Amino acid sequence: MIKPSRISGTAFLMLFLHETSLMLLKEIKILSGKEIRLEIKQKYVLNGILLYLVSTILIAYLAFSRVIDPETWNSLFWIILLFVAVNSISKSFVQESPSRLIYYYTLSSPQGILLSKILYNGLLMILLAGLSSGLFILLMGNRILNFPLFLAVLFLGSIGLSSTLTMVAAIASRASNNFSLIAILSFPIILPLLLILVRVSSSALNTVGWAGNAGWLILLIMIDITVILLAFILFPYIWKE
Amino acid sequence: MHYALRLRIFKTYWWKVLSGVLLIYAIVMGFSIPVPDTMIQETIRNLFFHVGMWFGMLAMLTTGFIYSLRFLRTFNLKEDRMAVEAVNTGILFGILGILTGMIWANFTWGAPWVNDPKLDGAAAGLLIYLAYMVLRSSVNDIKNRAKISAVYNIFAFVMWIVFVLVIPRVSGASIHPGNEDSPVLPMHLDPAMRWVFYPAMLGWILLGFWILNLRVRINKLNGEMTA
Repeated sequence: MIKPSRISGTAFLMLFLHETSLMLLKEIKILSGKEIRLEIKQKYVLNGILLYLVSTILIAYLAFSRVIDPETWNSLFWIILLFVAVNSISKSFVQESPSRLIYYYTLSSPQGILLSKILYNGLLMILLAGLSSGLFILLMGNRILNFPLFLAVLFLGSIGLSSTLTMVAAIASRASNNFSLIAILSFPIILPLLLILVRVSSSALNTVGWAGNAGWLILLIMIDITVILLAFILFPYIWKE
Repeated sequence: MHYALRLRIFKTYWWKVLSGVLLIYAIVMGFSIPVPDTMIQETIRNLFFHVGMWFGMLAMLTTGFIYSLRFLRTFNLKEDRMAVEAVNTGILFGILGILTGMIWANFTWGAPWVNDPKLDGAAAGLLIYLAYMVLRSSVNDIKNRAKISAVYNIFAFVMWIVFVLVIPRVSGASIHPGNEDSPVLPMHLDPAMRWVFYPAMLGWILLGFWILNLRVRINKLNGEMTA
């Protein structure tokens, strides 16, 4: 026989978790929708990033066109993507005015704000990564032999870059001297992610097979999850003043 | 002297005395015991000093991480003082570790710096914690500074540990001693050297805590003088 009190306790807990996670999902949906609408309205921000991306790739193309081999292609691609990511995500928290931040503060949970920013920045990064790989293929030739693997790396890399940089942008937004701070705070901690990305994508450029890459992809997923979990736990501390 | 007072003095000083004794022992024995004739010959003596710097750094950075966690639980500025001074001491050990390594590398590999996973890990660690110091100096409010830097410290420490664990597998073989079946790993180490190695490591870690203790007290006095 099951004790009734125990049922109600468990049921209450499950209902509570269900309610809070539903709340969180709703918040994320609304907030990331807001980010996207804001971006569409203020076209100059997105256009600025796109132009930055295109001109950086063009410079790389002009400077490197004679010596491009798969290894160079790969390193250039990820370095450019890293700088584009830093540039586009660094404004995540500073573009909001202090009074608007207080408004969000009263409306939503910190986790909702953080996850919606990570989601939005992740989508933005996937868009930018796809675009820059298209431009790379257009200008420097298609060096990719294993396309599905490359896409998987692009996706996991975009999530990892967006979550790490969103968290660092949140930290840096609380300090003065914001932009250079984001770079120096994020580059050393993004290194493990970046090294794995470069390694797996180099394998996608050089070989057709998947051999030996499953472990790397799992490691990438685990790093992504670690970063998002850490950000989820730590963000409330920097969100409330 | 009163018995209780003597006990208190003993309790305050025993580990500092132990650290001094162990390090004097390690320095004297480290330069005088015969070492086995391995590939790196007499430079293997750097094991007692260079590796000690790495252990000291790791102990200090872990202490900093723990105190940052404690700060976020209590919001007591005492914890933040411990965290920042632990990181400062860790940076000191890190720089000394890189310097002792460079001198050794110059003799062994012919160059002070090579592209090796273990060296990259040390460099990334230093960069992370120097960035931590820059972050601290760019926040003016004391409470806010403590909170923000604690968050960064926790985030960065975990990512650094991931880096140190991951990168040897990414970058392939390391030429730095300390891989499997290397003569400098404790389980393969010459028994006579073990008698110097373990006390030396304990001595360096205790010295780290001694420096930390002094730095925290200086920090506290400075704070009281300006307040």
